[in-house]
Amino acid sequence: MTQYADGIAAEIVAEHGINDEEYAIILDRLGRAPNMVELGIFSVMWSEHCSYKSSRAHLGKFPTSGEKVIQGPGENAGVIDIGDGQACIFKMESHNHPSYIEPYQGAATGVGGILRDVFTMGARPVALMNALRFGAPDHEKTQHLVGGVVAGIGGYGNCVGVPTVGGETNFHEGYNGNILVNAMAVGLAETDNIFYARGAEPGQPIVYVGSKTGRDGIHGATMASAEFDDESEEKRPTVQVGDPFVEKKLIEACLELMATDAIAAIQDMGAAGLTSSSVEMADKGGIGIKLIMDDVPQREENMSTYEMMLSESQERMLVIMKPGREDVAKAIFEKWELDVAVIGETTDTGRMVLEHKGEIVCDIPVAPLADDAPKYERPYFAPEVRAQINAKDVAQPSHMGEVLLKLMSSPNMASKAWIWRQYDRHVMADTAASSEDPSDAAIVRVHGTNKALAITTDCTPRYCYADPFEGGKQAVAEAWRNLTATGADPIAITDCLNFGNPEREEIMGQFVGCVEGMAQACAALNFPVVSGNVSLYNETNGVAIPPTPAVGGVGLIPDMDKRAGFGGMSEGHILMVVGKTTGAMGASTYLRVVEGREDGGAPMVDLDREKAHGNFVRGQIRAGRISACHDLSDGGLACAAADMALASQTGIKLAHDADSDVPMHGFLFGEDQARYLMAAKKDDAIAIIQDAKAEDIDIQVVGLAGGTAVSVNGAHHLELDRLRAAWEGWMPDLMEPVAEAAE
Amino acid sequence: MKSAVIVFPGSNCDRDAHDAIERVTGEKPAMVWHQESELPEGTEFVMIPGGFSYGDYLRCGAMASRSAILPAVVAHAATGAPVLGVCNGFQILTESGLLPGALMRNAGLTFVCEKAPLKIDNGNTRFTSRYGATSELIIPIAHHDGNYFADAETLDRIEGEGQVVFRYGNNPNGSQRDIAGVMNEQGNVLGMMPHPERAVDEKHGGTDGLALFESLLGSA
Repeated sequence: MTQYADGIAAEIVAEHGINDEEYAIILDRLGRAPNMVELGIFSVMWSEHCSYKSSRAHLGKFPTSGEKVIQGPGENAGVIDIGDGQACIFKMESHNHPSYIEPYQGAATGVGGILRDVFTMGARPVALMNALRFGAPDHEKTQHLVGGVVAGIGGYGNCVGVPTVGGETNFHEGYNGNILVNAMAVGLAETDNIFYARGAEPGQPIVYVGSKTGRDGIHGATMASAEFDDESEEKRPTVQVGDPFVEKKLIEACLELMATDAIAAIQDMGAAGLTSSSVEMADKGGIGIKLIMDDVPQREENMSTYEMMLSESQERMLVIMKPGREDVAKAIFEKWELDVAVIGETTDTGRMVLEHKGEIVCDIPVAPLADDAPKYERPYFAPEVRAQINAKDVAQPSHMGEVLLKLMSSPNMASKAWIWRQYDRHVMADTAASSEDPSDAAIVRVHGTNKALAITTDCTPRYCYADPFEGGKQAVAEAWRNLTATGADPIAITDCLNFGNPEREEIMGQFVGCVEGMAQACAALNFPVVSGNVSLYNETNGVAIPPTPAVGGVGLIPDMDKRAGFGGMSEGHILMVVGKTTGAMGASTYLRVVEGREDGGAPMVDLDREKAHGNFVRGQIRAGRISACHDLSDGGLACAAADMALASQTGIKLAHDADSDVPMHGFLFGEDQARYLMAAKKDDAIAIIQDAKAEDIDIQVVGLAGGTAVSVNGAHHLELDRLRAAWEGWMPDLMEPVAEAAE
Repeated sequence: MKSAVIVFPGSNCDRDAHDAIERVTGEKPAMVWHQESELPEGTEFVMIPGGFSYGDYLRCGAMASRSAILPAVVAHAATGAPVLGVCNGFQILTESGLLPGALMRNAGLTFVCEKAPLKIDNGNTRFTSRYGATSELIIPIAHHDGNYFADAETLDRIEGEGQVVFRYGNNPNGSQRDIAGVMNEQGNVLGMMPHPERAVDEKHGGTDGLALFESLLGSA
């Protein structure tokens, strides 16, 4: 018969998300039944959110090393070398479940959490990005969720003073029951002053800093590891509440402390708070830990050890100090008016011992918490491969200008100014390009230098749904392409893998397919994964989100004077497309918006061509020949040309060869991959075409800049003024009723 | 010119202010912590930067206006020396009574960040003299509470006295009479919501803020 401690029954174990098999392992490792505190600690450490038990078996497929990788996955964030003794530290993380239940605080604390992951390692955060997916625009919850999430991201980032420089926002009914809020933080550090969770030794004091511990967020990690149902609103109390002012002070205080030589190891208290931060430092240092719970700064009276260990109160850090240096920390944290307390010490026992009110309330070995976390090889099947759809098989519309207008004012293509106007994009005075600027990636100068980081977030979920493997490849390739289109050298990615319930074979098949596709693209493009996060169980009542492996890419622009955007085109410039156009229409924006269908296979990504085309384009940008450059993605050539025309305030006369194999709508709206649209002066264009021919790169002249409209073969006119009004108008039309109601 | 930048725990434009001042004056400003009660000796120009001084969970700038360093800033202003408050700094100056009016929540109720077109309403001040014939600028704004309010009598008076220094070209926040920046009667204290320190560099935000700091250099 299964053994239980006093007051614990099978139902209580089940409520902690621990199954029979996992409970048996706990009994074996402890040699006795766990008490409530110990059960709670195992529960959060072995939750999907903390242990990656369903995904770990596949994450090893990612390439994670490279010449420029200083730290790959496994620490708080990834670290890459950007030369001159400087490092860039970055990570992306999901805060999906809490943001659906309480959008403002869910999104705000998502930003707070990802910032801590980055400054914990010694970096000053310099940029924030986000990748957001909402349900259908006309779904009853969408306006409320968009308004709350955007205000929450802005409310937090604006106050801490880190610019929110870019991101992406999609709408699709597949997210009606589960929105995605993925936040990315990027920071800068010196390569010789990076801090890790490893490095603690026995006999060192454990210092708690930041906000007091309250009863908020208890079981947040467990919530993030289960599906939603109709009662999910009742989980509102498990959502944490953020205080960006405390975070701002914590950033400054930690960076000040890191400039001294007093820290042995440091970890932020994120998911599973005090439990995971202390276990991780103990595990990585191969040591034990003893905490006196009475000394933990507490916001409320009579908190139990269980509550303190499982609280997810925000803006807290745990620091293991070099002995005798506690006063250094105290002085700094008191200056910043933050709570600071020595709450225990490291030991050589390999055990986690918690003492409260004079009694030992927990005494368990550290290693099983981290190492014996279950790892499942979940069964899966790959989805059926869908047939490709070419434009030849799709009816040709009569007026291309009207179709372009419809695409550009559709939810996913329309201007997102309503969103980014609410984010401070300029604080820190190093933003060279943000959401408002015509640039495929955000560009943030490395302070005090003439080099810059290029940052992008990308994923095309409809491709991933049609074909997880190709979709996974495409997400990585598009990030690489967006960085390249600015003139940057792509270096590495972080990812946020958002999927449904992995216990369903179909969903697990999507996950495995996407991971394998991403891994292949990362390897081919020398674009390793250095950090990331997995968010599973994004389902409500058995309906899963579209597979959404969001990619956050980072690159380096070595010389800011040699880069490109898509706003520099002038009258008379020649427009060229690099890469082959076949008119791929499967799972395209065109099919969805114009024909109301989402079928067909995802476009194939030829990684060799991708690399060759990107390297060619980057070379031409650095040679100073390109006046405007834009990657081709959603909506194909016509939408990229429309972006370029709007940003450059110059019309474009596109020319389609009537004798070509590719029908006009395939030429305009096909989503073939590995393509770029470039504009250049005539002489430069001639030189570019010569170079392309010499290097065996596909290049095609597609039009000429001039006039006040986008047109094709002298017809199909769409005036830019009309286009701009429709493109800018969609989002305010969606959101403004909310603003009026609030007044 | 010896300058000082006041730093509250939630200031977040202090480094930008520091760098802009250094770029124009060639001298690093002193960074003065909010718990100090005196400015460094010989300080000529004081800047209160943007941010969220103490989190601004109470009215923006309300707590900062009662901080330890503020009496020293008030005394400095009383000597006729230049004081500039930007964004949260403007809110602190109105809360402390150095400037007329108040800054309320934006009319649209959301945070607004954009490159705002501005008109110089008074080019004959110690903050604007170097703009010469230029009367229209683009300077970034980023705030949730920049909706300038004063009663009609005060508005008439400050307009009459030339105390309105900048107006918005495209009022983004509901400010009375499009007011973006005002100075005191003596003309040595300026508060403005737009961020001139974010407009001193070609590669970030343009250079329309440069002449403001240059004007000060000639006048302090």
